[in-house]
Amino acid sequence: MNGNRFRRWRHAISAGIILAFVLGVACLAIFNTALEWTNREDFCISCHAMQDNVYREYQNTIHYANRVGVRAVCADCHVPKAFLPKMIRKLQASGEVWHAVLGSVDTPEKFNAKRPLLAQREWRRMKANDSRECRNCHDAVSFDYSAQGYRAVERHMEGLSSGQTCIDCHKGIAHKLPPVDQGIGIASPAAITPEVFRPAVEKKTEAPED
Amino acid sequence: MKIRLLTAFPAAMLAGLLLSCATSIAANDDSGGLATLRGAPIPTSTSSGGDALKKAIESAPLDRDFTQQPPLVSHAVDDYPVTRNFNKCLDCHSWENYRKEKATKVSQSHFQAADGQELPNVSPRRYFCLQCHVPQVDARPLIANTYQRPTGAR
Repeated sequence: MNGNRFRRWRHAISAGIILAFVLGVACLAIFNTALEWTNREDFCISCHAMQDNVYREYQNTIHYANRVGVRAVCADCHVPKAFLPKMIRKLQASGEVWHAVLGSVDTPEKFNAKRPLLAQREWRRMKANDSRECRNCHDAVSFDYSAQGYRAVERHMEGLSSGQTCIDCHKGIAHKLPPVDQGIGIASPAAITPEVFRPAVEKKTEAPED
Repeated sequence: MKIRLLTAFPAAMLAGLLLSCATSIAANDDSGGLATLRGAPIPTSTSSGGDALKKAIESAPLDRDFTQQPPLVSHAVDDYPVTRNFNKCLDCHSWENYRKEKATKVSQSHFQAADGQELPNVSPRRYFCLQCHVPQVDARPLIANTYQRPTGAR
């Protein structure tokens, strides 16, 4: 009698564990699918803010179309791949959903007015994470310097060894730049300052040159 | 009835063809909504030369062929924006940056405004670098000629 009850309990518990496991896997799968679903290019350009502005500009760049047909979609550059940074970025993106509803940047005029702010925000993010999303594909260790132009070789070696990161030089490669103050004519009040656009290289005390 | 149909069909075809030709010509004349900053229309039909698609010769700048020739650009300029917002050329060739970038600096003659006034930096009228300075390519003369470099430039 007693043993029978025990056996029944044991069955119930093991069934519960299996059910919890299956449910857990299912939930995780759904969660992950939803995350991936919002990482698609189609999802990003489903709002006018993206489709009429940044997407259109990006279509003229090498990250959209190139000789070998490898495309970096929005999320490849703007959403981290690692779990925790991805979660943080996705949570921050809830603010972007809110602004999509408000229509804060849904016309080229509105977008251009906000462009300096938005661009600087993204530059700061990339600078802070050492251009992690660039490096998902562009690994400096794999650079074939013999295939690069002579100007690129020099700048890459110098920049990378002095602790510069991709975004320090490669701004405005996938989207249009905001106005940058280059000291010519009448500067726009919203123009990006030269210090922000070309951040100074902190001199590292490193091994002497060979 | 049959004969009338037979003549009406080609006539309609011809009319349709003429109409499509007319609209396509009109579309060519139209600037497509493009305008300069001062509101003048921009013609969309521009002559295209094959040499523009050639790869720039990335070497020391080629010698100049005539006096006052603007020096050639000795590198590719693909995807270098020269827009209202930003001038990529000046990102390296400005007096502020040329030392860091080991680039040729803009001639000081380019600091002069249209009225002769000396400005503290490149004059806005010299902003569009590529109007005069073009990437050097292996371009053959369009018309065979006997032109010689001036003796002092040989």
